[in-house]
Amino acid sequence: MTTSDQPGYRPAAPGSQPPLDAPAYGSTHKRHPKQPPLRIAATLTETSAPRMSAGLYPSHAELAKGPGWEAQGERIIVAGRVLDEDGRPLRGTMVEIWQANAAGRYNHERDRHDAPLDPNFKGEGRIFTDAEGWYRFTTIRPGAYPWRNHHNAWRPVHIHYSVFGAGFAQRLVTQMYFPGDPLLPIDPVFMAIPDAAARDRLVARFDLDIAEPEYALGYRFDIVLRGRAATPMENPA
Amino acid sequence: MTDEPRFGLTATASQTAGPFWHLIDFPAWADLLRADGPNAEVAGERIILTGRITDGDGAPCPDMMVELWQADPAGSYEGAFNGFGRCATDDDGMFRFTTLKPGPVRAAGNAFQAPHVALTLFARGLLHHLVTRLYFAGEALNEQDPVLSAVPPIRRATLIAQPEGAGVWRLDIRLQGERETVFLEV
Ligand SMILES: [Fe+2]
Repeated sequence: MTTSDQPGYRPAAPGSQPPLDAPAYGSTHKRHPKQPPLRIAATLTETSAPRMSAGLYPSHAELAKGPGWEAQGERIIVAGRVLDEDGRPLRGTMVEIWQANAAGRYNHERDRHDAPLDPNFKGEGRIFTDAEGWYRFTTIRPGAYPWRNHHNAWRPVHIHYSVFGAGFAQRLVTQMYFPGDPLLPIDPVFMAIPDAAARDRLVARFDLDIAEPEYALGYRFDIVLRGRAATPMENPA
Repeated sequence: MTDEPRFGLTATASQTAGPFWHLIDFPAWADLLRADGPNAEVAGERIILTGRITDGDGAPCPDMMVELWQADPAGSYEGAFNGFGRCATDDDGMFRFTTLKPGPVRAAGNAFQAPHVALTLFARGLLHHLVTRLYFAGEALNEQDPVLSAVPPIRRATLIAQPEGAGVWRLDIRLQGERETVFLEV
């Protein structure tokens, strides 16, 4: 019996995370492991994390407009806090986003959707949270786009997020959705999350306090990373 | 194993990175020793870590985001070395990192983990990222490593990179099926 002296991170709450094998999402068929994962006691490898800073990873939070350029579409501000499950803010953590343009097309060579590219919209941003865990991007509302999962399949409007946290085991890649999108209840990616409340937390809240008058509407999207366990776990070995 | 009491908030659900995550890719990040990077001045044994990622049909996965996290040559995560890298797989499903060989990392008590790097995989078709480790063939500490020891002996080879020429270590990753890679819940 090997015992770790590192308290790790709490396991996922039941139903709060999607399974790797999601039959309605075709790309999972050949990519999900058939063997269950091996749960290990946390070591320093899982409880430490890269120290990132704007000096090494240049940040830019303005995707909608800059000197001499302006993207097409409805300008929005997306902002929120990065917290852990105990409600503690994650300071200085790197938040990356990427998204389609207002017409539903990614600035990506493999995106073949017949919708116009916008030369003024690259669709990626990076920022570090402040002392209270806040991040904030100005961007444009992306468009829905078709995909080939099934006949007449369309992804709901979404922004992709990548967040690091203070420990390797907190790493999160997710998607933020928009309230009232009729595509949400028929999207196999979103609906793969079993718990309805967990799905709802991926839907941003419309928030006039985040909006900038006469410039851009606002949406609030908070991100919660795993909290530390109270005690170390024991390896089954 | 007992479930810990839950209180406060619940961690945000994961979603797939999809096929277009390359918008946040910087190919330079696959080279942890890049001249303008955080580790240009750190001394150690320069190595290349490479391998092919394949799916349940044995087909290469050409659209993966692979992230690496490792200790420095002294086995520390606190030193000057920033052991983070990100790499896109190519058309043959190959990843390739340039880095320094990590040292043994402290484990529980006075024990040490064998030198290893943690690898994280994101892609279309992965609703949650996958975590695994890459160890180095021939390390004496492999025999007592707490994670390797928890892996059934018949599957340990899926975590152990083999030398492939000077300074090059290779580990193929099989997402599903025969000789499926051992993935970790951390
Ligand atoms: Fe997308």
